[in-house]
Amino acid sequence: MKKFRDLSKYARTNLKTYGLVIIAFAILFPLQSAGMLSNSLNGQLIPICVYIVLAISLNLTVGISGELSLGHAGFMSVGAFSGVIAAASLQDSVGSEPLRLVFVIIIGGIFAGIAGLLIGIPVLRLRGDYLAIVTLAFGEIIKNIINCLYVGIDGSGLHFSVTDTASLGMSGGRIILNGPQGAVGITKIASFTAGFVLILFTLFVVINLIYSRSGRAITAIRDNRIAAESVGISITKYKLTAFITSAALAGMAGALYAMNFSTIAAKKFDFNTSILILVFVVLGGMGNIMGSIIATTVLYILPEMLREIGDYRMLIYAIVLILVMLLTNSSRAKQMAVSLETKIKNIFRKLKNILRKNKNGSGEVTDNG
Amino acid sequence: MDKMVPYPSGAIVPERDLNKKPILETHHLGIDFGGLTAVDEFSLTVGRTEICGLIGPNGAGKTTVFNMLTNVYQPTRGTILLDGKPTAGKTTAQVNRMGIARTFQNIRLFSNMSVLDNVKVGLHNSIKEGFISSVTHLFGYRKAEKTSTERALELLDFFSMADLAKVQAGSLPYGAQRRLEIVRALATNPGIILLDEPAAGMNPSETSELMENIRRIRDTFQISVMLIEHDMNLVMNICEGICVLDHGKIIAKGTPDEIKSNPAVIEAYLGKKKEAEDNAES
Amino acid sequence: MTLISNLINGISLGSVYAIIALGYTMVYGIAKMLNFAHGDVIMVGAYISYLSTTALNVPPLLSVLIAMVVCTVLGVVIEGLAYRPLRKASSLAVLITAIGVSYFLQNAALLIWGSAPKSFSSIVPFDSISLFGGDLIITSEAIVTVITCIVIMILLNLFTKKGKMGKAMRAVSEDKDAAQLMGINTNFTISMTFAIGSALAAVAGVLLCSAYPTLTPTTGSMPGIKAFTAAVFGGIGSIPGAMLGGILLGVIEIFATSYISSQLSDAILFAILIIVLLVKPTGLLGKAVKEKV
Repeated sequence: MKKFRDLSKYARTNLKTYGLVIIAFAILFPLQSAGMLSNSLNGQLIPICVYIVLAISLNLTVGISGELSLGHAGFMSVGAFSGVIAAASLQDSVGSEPLRLVFVIIIGGIFAGIAGLLIGIPVLRLRGDYLAIVTLAFGEIIKNIINCLYVGIDGSGLHFSVTDTASLGMSGGRIILNGPQGAVGITKIASFTAGFVLILFTLFVVINLIYSRSGRAITAIRDNRIAAESVGISITKYKLTAFITSAALAGMAGALYAMNFSTIAAKKFDFNTSILILVFVVLGGMGNIMGSIIATTVLYILPEMLREIGDYRMLIYAIVLILVMLLTNSSRAKQMAVSLETKIKNIFRKLKNILRKNKNGSGEVTDNG
Repeated sequence: MDKMVPYPSGAIVPERDLNKKPILETHHLGIDFGGLTAVDEFSLTVGRTEICGLIGPNGAGKTTVFNMLTNVYQPTRGTILLDGKPTAGKTTAQVNRMGIARTFQNIRLFSNMSVLDNVKVGLHNSIKEGFISSVTHLFGYRKAEKTSTERALELLDFFSMADLAKVQAGSLPYGAQRRLEIVRALATNPGIILLDEPAAGMNPSETSELMENIRRIRDTFQISVMLIEHDMNLVMNICEGICVLDHGKIIAKGTPDEIKSNPAVIEAYLGKKKEAEDNAES
Repeated sequence: MTLISNLINGISLGSVYAIIALGYTMVYGIAKMLNFAHGDVIMVGAYISYLSTTALNVPPLLSVLIAMVVCTVLGVVIEGLAYRPLRKASSLAVLITAIGVSYFLQNAALLIWGSAPKSFSSIVPFDSISLFGGDLIITSEAIVTVITCIVIMILLNLFTKKGKMGKAMRAVSEDKDAAQLMGINTNFTISMTFAIGSALAAVAGVLLCSAYPTLTPTTGSMPGIKAFTAAVFGGIGSIPGAMLGGILLGVIEIFATSYISSQLSDAILFAILIIVLLVKPTGLLGKAVKEKV
């Protein structure tokens, strides 16, 4: 009985998270189908799904595994562009759009996962600040390389070049990736339903992973690396597990993202995008999956709803980021917050007293509390 | 307590272990830190079910020995044979899987995890659950989790801690944290467990309970216990063999009675007789 | 001739990186934190210098001084408000805060000065030197930058080796608690380090924009990251290391741009950083610190 209650405690939090996503979809999907959503919100549905997946997956690296990665947009980018190439290659052979989208997302995930593996093996030996700066560097490298990449497709298959479109040596066919201009002529096949399913998939993978043998190992390494090693846990293996899973999910999100636009350039997936995702994770609470979902949705929609503050959006993000870090990590700030809370509570209590006394018909208000 | 008897090599082990291969042997072990020799010529044999004490003044290099035995530091010289197999070039995690577990002088728990999960992390390598079953919670996940939870509770019960299973490890009182570290180490199913100052910060009643527990660990799991401790009462009471370290070198090995009367040990702990006299005169 | 000209350009750019890297390395050495916002202090310095010459008609040299003063104050304020409360927090928390500060500075600059690039006019008053009948042109900016860099390096070395404050800094970087017990005001020492680092950032900002005259709110971020790379390359915490790393990085960047690909030069630079960190994680002149168990 006791064990059952223990299980249900985890289950409750997780059910809430799944429930939140499902309910949101159940409300939004009919509205969208009936064309009752405003244009701007309608256009944001898929990007929000994408960023929710990105935030959850980054939370796995930063919150659960405790490694600061500043190159998450890089994996998104790998997923997006491998997805674009896959979509173009499958355009004729796979007629059904939803099925093609599934293939595209899977391929995006696989390539991003491979990138995660290649980057993770050398990088995860580093710690803390160095790891952060190297993931940043990798994000920039990926961006630079894709900026130089030219890909085309014709009857004889895919052609690659790093110089220009002319050197692709194609007979007819069409260009898929055009260097700094990025991917062009994408057939938009992304859908809100696909975004919803991808969020559910991400939740399933990440939450299951957390409450498992691998998840315990990952958290143990975060809490105390040396102790984890001393009980026989391979540090590299589990750091890589978290990193690759996170990268693959980001790649899937990236692929879906690319399928929502007709053109997309590598510079979209830069350092600023990585930071944006990090802001979602930090504000939602490190390691808190539901927090990531809520923070992403709110921070994504809010600036659009408050057009006036549009220019101040990033400034406000920055200030909120700093304040959240100070409030959650500084002992003095914590004390201040607590004393502020008691002060506010006192004021409320006094107000209540005053109200009560007025009700009792006593004109004089004396309060020593 | 069994009589200590010599192996053919000269190392002494409890009589009951004589016919078994020693669990741990080190030969001429040494380590340098930036030209400074921290430990040198450390040769020791520990019997299969021996309780062995490693004592010495502060800074003698005791924890460094533990760090070398668990490959946290790679020794500069010498060899370590764990259950007859050399551990050179292995990682700390690999050495643990070969059968050596430890606790730390400054407690290192996974303080944000529950007591139960701390032990389950210790059981990591005895749980059969791959990445796929981790992610899907299918393919034997439930069975693996159930078995490991039961095993973890059994181990916690050994130290009467089963009722604390859901408590966050970091919020446990000090003594309980030390006990949990031992349980976690035992969960890795070691052949020898190294305890780094297990009685530090404990009151006399806790200490005597600990002594009882250490004997119970040895008797129940039939493993060897090696401990660093400053509490001489504890060391002399439960250790069968004692090794005294001073300035990184072994200055004495033997039974508690031999150690108690060894002049070199007395000198290391109390200073030279002549110095003491000089101090008395001035 | 192009080889020599590239080399000179590389050393000049590298000198700017070196000056920025000094700020990173000093702060990292003493506060054990990666001050991500350092690059944006450069940008602020450049804007201040730009505005005081264009709007207030201040002579160039004085504008540099004003920029230095403003940046010094800015550095100390950032440290006091954002970093000091987190002295005992995890490095992850401090790093995220620093990223927040960096974002704050960039976006504040965007709101104040707009996104349109300002064309910065060089503060160096004399002409470039033409050698070998015009085959080799050494820009005056390059000369000034390299000389400034050398002077700063010598002064800083003297300061940390001889001065009382410098000794305090070295003590704090070795062991903060012990230094405090010896009566050193660690908070003041850390503030001073930020002050010096930020003043240097202002100088670097002016020199950078004199050589590459477009100024936008994000001008500082890439050079900032590259300078950090330089600091890591040379061995973080080491002053000569920052110098060496900066100059090497500048030369590599210019060579990569002119001989391999201008688009890939950043990728090459970062690839080198990664290789260095993997082969020698402490950098070229850094010291290894063993974790205590």
